[in-house]
Amino acid sequence: MWTLELPPFAPFYLGALLVLIPHHTLRCLAMLLVPVLGAIQLMLLPPLMQVQMTFLGMELTPYRVDKLALLFGYIFHLAAFLAILYAFHVRDRVQQAAGLIYAGSGLGAVFAGDLVTLFIFWELLAFSSVFLVWARGTRRAYVTGLRYLVIQALSGVILLVGALFYWQEHGTLTFDYIGLSGMHGWLIFIALGIKCAFPFLHNWLTEAYPEATPTGTVFLSAFTTKAAVYVLARSYPGTELLVYIGAFMTCFPIFFAVIENDLRRVLAYSMINQIGFMVCGIGIGTALAINGAVAHAFNDILFKGLLFMAMGAVLHMTGRINGSDLGGLYKTMPKTTVFCLVGAASISAFPLFSGFVSKSLIMSAALDEGYHFIWLALLFASAGVFHHAGIKIPYFAFFAHDAGIRSADPPGNMLAAMFIAALICIGIGLYPAALYRLLPLDMAYTPYDTTHVLAQTQLLFFSALAFVWLNLARIYPPELRSVNLDFEWVYRKLAPALINQSVRITDAAKTLVSTAGERLVPLVNLAIRQLTRLSRSSLTGSMVFRVVVVLATGLALGVSL
Amino acid sequence: MNDRDKSSALDSPATVKRILRVFYVICAVLFALDLVLSRHTIHTLEAIPGFYAIFGFACCVILVVIAKWMRTFLMRDETYYDNELKDGNDVDA
Repeated sequence: MWTLELPPFAPFYLGALLVLIPHHTLRCLAMLLVPVLGAIQLMLLPPLMQVQMTFLGMELTPYRVDKLALLFGYIFHLAAFLAILYAFHVRDRVQQAAGLIYAGSGLGAVFAGDLVTLFIFWELLAFSSVFLVWARGTRRAYVTGLRYLVIQALSGVILLVGALFYWQEHGTLTFDYIGLSGMHGWLIFIALGIKCAFPFLHNWLTEAYPEATPTGTVFLSAFTTKAAVYVLARSYPGTELLVYIGAFMTCFPIFFAVIENDLRRVLAYSMINQIGFMVCGIGIGTALAINGAVAHAFNDILFKGLLFMAMGAVLHMTGRINGSDLGGLYKTMPKTTVFCLVGAASISAFPLFSGFVSKSLIMSAALDEGYHFIWLALLFASAGVFHHAGIKIPYFAFFAHDAGIRSADPPGNMLAAMFIAALICIGIGLYPAALYRLLPLDMAYTPYDTTHVLAQTQLLFFSALAFVWLNLARIYPPELRSVNLDFEWVYRKLAPALINQSVRITDAAKTLVSTAGERLVPLVNLAIRQLTRLSRSSLTGSMVFRVVVVLATGLALGVSL
Repeated sequence: MNDRDKSSALDSPATVKRILRVFYVICAVLFALDLVLSRHTIHTLEAIPGFYAIFGFACCVILVVIAKWMRTFLMRDETYYDNELKDGNDVDA
């Protein structure tokens, strides 16, 4: 069938042309059809296939299908559908086109079979998504977007250099297991690390996601980091370093999330925490762990998307997103509240919600493989994620003290998108076999047994008890209008300050040299005049010439200094 | 959990108290279940009765206390980075 030849990104790139349709509803309906048709095409694909071509002497595989790629293919189509539905009311065509190209680039990266194709889509992800940040239209969003673009493009360049080293080493560009060996291994690892928001490389995420438009963030939350998790799962499974990086990623953001005021930034930190679980699972590398990592990526796209949608709805309706300005919205936004609570329960891995059935795979794998301290760290992070994403987000937005805002629930399309996402979160929680069937590796696992359910429920309820106690005892830190320093300080404050300082030092040095030069010139002129007079008299010309050369050299040196 | 109730009655302290009481009872029951049901354990820590409950509670308290302490040296005014917005030309917004 000819459609099978059409790679999954193509419908999205072609779909971006739909923004030319003048009628708003017609345009949005047509855009909504793109992921639907794409998903149907995906379902017709054979489970294993690849398309190869030769380009400039390179063997390329622009299109490769297997079970791992298909899993991400399905969830990217679903995420694109939900995000387009959520943004149905948006009239900004730049955002609409950027959203489609961005989703298409995510698919392109997932189905790429060689490193050059991967690089191309890697960069397209960056260049298309930045428009979703810029579309906010504020000066702050513009500056943040620029920084986001620089960091993302840098990740691409490092990936390309790594790919070239890989080519030199292996004589092929096939994108499969790479591992941490040699220059290429480390370069590609760092490139992935940037997009995966590894510690100290993570601030693009916490900066840009809260600055994008309410609908833009829903797109952003789905593709970039999950494409990176996919690539990591394919090329670095079982790399032990990832276990420690992942465990650190699950722990450090939750401290920032507790004291952060911007609720979408809280979600951005919690996103790093969730990616940490995936990275850790990939590092452990057993079938159970890898399946857990990719299943958690699948679920995270849905529940994190749902939470970003709920917070986007709050921002869209009230114009505010700081915890210090919100509260009591459950009275006038009851539907959004319920959807947010479903998302919160899912991310917290409550039994019967989606997070539970994927996170417990990773936790069990960590215990099975003897990573006991890592397991404790993950357990700490599980309690922590419930604390900030499960309780803090809904509590400060919809409950807490009544801020007196009386905004209604958002438009129907936003509610519909949240409804579908919430339904799937519960559906996967109730019937995990549906998700497990899509996982790339064979495993036998039952999430619902007494041990898992009881342990997780106790962990969560007593975390909630801690929240209640801390609140009643007035120990819980209040939401404050503030900025918290993170690693971004290094390039937003320290580096500019150092550059300013060095510019000032260079300027001073220049002034010094030029004044010295100005004083030197008359002296040298005088010396030359004296010498000419001497040469006219008795001394031989050749000797004078030599002295002149020496002095001229001295002058030249003085000026050039 | 008090979060689950949607009615405006949530504003009255009596209702909040009643919901909290139910919540405390659930916590107590969950703790008690640990003594009755047998969990299969891999790690020795897991075998401690109420391990997950104690761990969850302790973690959250530690998390909040440390995060609160982090505020003392990480927190800056909301306009801390605003100098970035002044430089260069304005964009049309």
